[in-house]
Amino acid sequence: MNLFSVGFRTLFYKESLRFWKVATQTVAAPVVTAMLYLLIFGHVLDGKVQMLDGVSYTAFLIPGLVMMSVLQNAFANSSSSLIQSKITGNLVFILLPPLSHAEILSAYVAASILRGLVVGAGVFIVTAWFAHLTFVAPLWIIVFALLGAAILGTMGVIAGVWAEKFDQLAAFQNFLIMPATFLAGVFYSIQKLPPFWLAVSHFNPFFYMIDGFRYGFFGQSDVSPWTSLIIVLVFLVVLTTIAITLLKRGYNLRH
Amino acid sequence: MTAIQIDSVEKSYKGFKALKGVSLNIEQGEFFGLLGPNGAGKTTLISTIAGLIRPDAGSVRIHGHDVVGDFREARKRLGVVPQELVFDPFFTVRETLRLQSGYFGIRNNDPWIDEVMHNLDLTDKADVNMRALSGGMKRRVLVAQALVHRPPVIVLDEPTAGVDVELRQTLWKFISRLNREGGHTVVLTTHYLEEAQAMCQRVAMLKRGEVVALDNMSTLLRRVSGSQLVVHLKSGGLPESLRHLVSHDEHANGNGSGNKYTLRVNDYSEVEPILARLREAGAVIDEMQLEQADLEDIFIQIMEGK
Repeated sequence: MNLFSVGFRTLFYKESLRFWKVATQTVAAPVVTAMLYLLIFGHVLDGKVQMLDGVSYTAFLIPGLVMMSVLQNAFANSSSSLIQSKITGNLVFILLPPLSHAEILSAYVAASILRGLVVGAGVFIVTAWFAHLTFVAPLWIIVFALLGAAILGTMGVIAGVWAEKFDQLAAFQNFLIMPATFLAGVFYSIQKLPPFWLAVSHFNPFFYMIDGFRYGFFGQSDVSPWTSLIIVLVFLVVLTTIAITLLKRGYNLRH
Repeated sequence: MTAIQIDSVEKSYKGFKALKGVSLNIEQGEFFGLLGPNGAGKTTLISTIAGLIRPDAGSVRIHGHDVVGDFREARKRLGVVPQELVFDPFFTVRETLRLQSGYFGIRNNDPWIDEVMHNLDLTDKADVNMRALSGGMKRRVLVAQALVHRPPVIVLDEPTAGVDVELRQTLWKFISRLNREGGHTVVLTTHYLEEAQAMCQRVAMLKRGEVVALDNMSTLLRRVSGSQLVVHLKSGGLPESLRHLVSHDEHANGNGSGNKYTLRVNDYSEVEPILARLREAGAVIDEMQLEQADLEDIFIQIMEGK
């Protein structure tokens, strides 16, 4: 496997160009949405609730919104590209060439990471003005942003391969990705939850991505960033294995 | 050298057997026709060759490389023009062709891309978005995409379906040149049998997932049908002794003034005795034509099981 092969680079370039050509929809729109979340929740709750010691609610919210945008857009990139190509039939241009399964997966995931990070950077740039942010451990910020985007990009590939129509993909997004993201501590610390939901939250892998990411800003988190890192890495390995297996079998791609 | 080796390929969809143990070899440099009515299994077979469909049993090899087990080597050697008019609406023609080159591991392919576009009359459309192209132009881009990596084996699944005469001529001129000068193997499916007759050296006919004929075009044309003698009688009728030769019997010619018969003849020496019998029966010939049997006649005979 050569991740710097011409095939990988071309597919990565194509997938990146695809979202960049419609940046209003794929980059600007999610930035505006995140901005609205900040204005509404930040305005209503700032000064009334405190999630972390010495951190305003708006400051607490910003890393959560950035990471939520990274995750959702990474998922949207690979999943929407695959389902659109399947429905319109142009996926055949990827299936006919001698691209390896690893090249296909890594190119889709790499482009998803790129879109996730571009949108995340956009959200950060427009929201950072509203609160005083610190960067206690910037390396953790980068590591969890990259791993989170990679995980959701891989999930997008799995969903895009599995789904045969937009309806199925929407179900995947609305009933799995969206709740898992919202219930992962974007808007709150899970320590504020009742014991039952606190325990449930520990089974949500998205929680570890957001918690580890937020640790990079404030040096405070619900669980150790090392624990989060291990769980996130294991999750990524499991998802990558599933995605590669689906591609190898040609599941819903080669009949 | 065998370009495509198809060995006992079977494929079923929910109990329907689309391919029932198809076997055939196509040699390098051949111009090969794959014919059959709708639902015969042509596209299923081509999709199997392309690796888009996994066979239930049997195997397909391109230059000796299995399309499933050794798919990367097989696909490097294969260019496929799909039947469906598909395109990526995000890109221009040139971007589309550059991307397709990249997927095949080729960088800096512009000289060849320019040549392919020139030969398919696409140069003027190089920087036009795919969405803005007419159906015929999109079909040309599909052909160009299949050729960007100069594959030694080219498979065209009904490339001229619904396209104008100009494209057909442009396409066949270019594909013929690739076959003649470059030694590329060409496999063609088409419903235009005159195209297949003009282009293909060898033909396989599929019917309900089985190969029912596989031969050289010239042998097939000779073997199955021979010629046809079309006689239009001004008066009199066809004697009983000639009835067994009738392949088409068109009685009323519109105004009821005569009868038209199409008689099978194996060679020219059989014409004179037929005319003699007509004279003896008192029939007067108004018009007469001797027609060579074409692929369509053979196709109909084979598909009707004659």
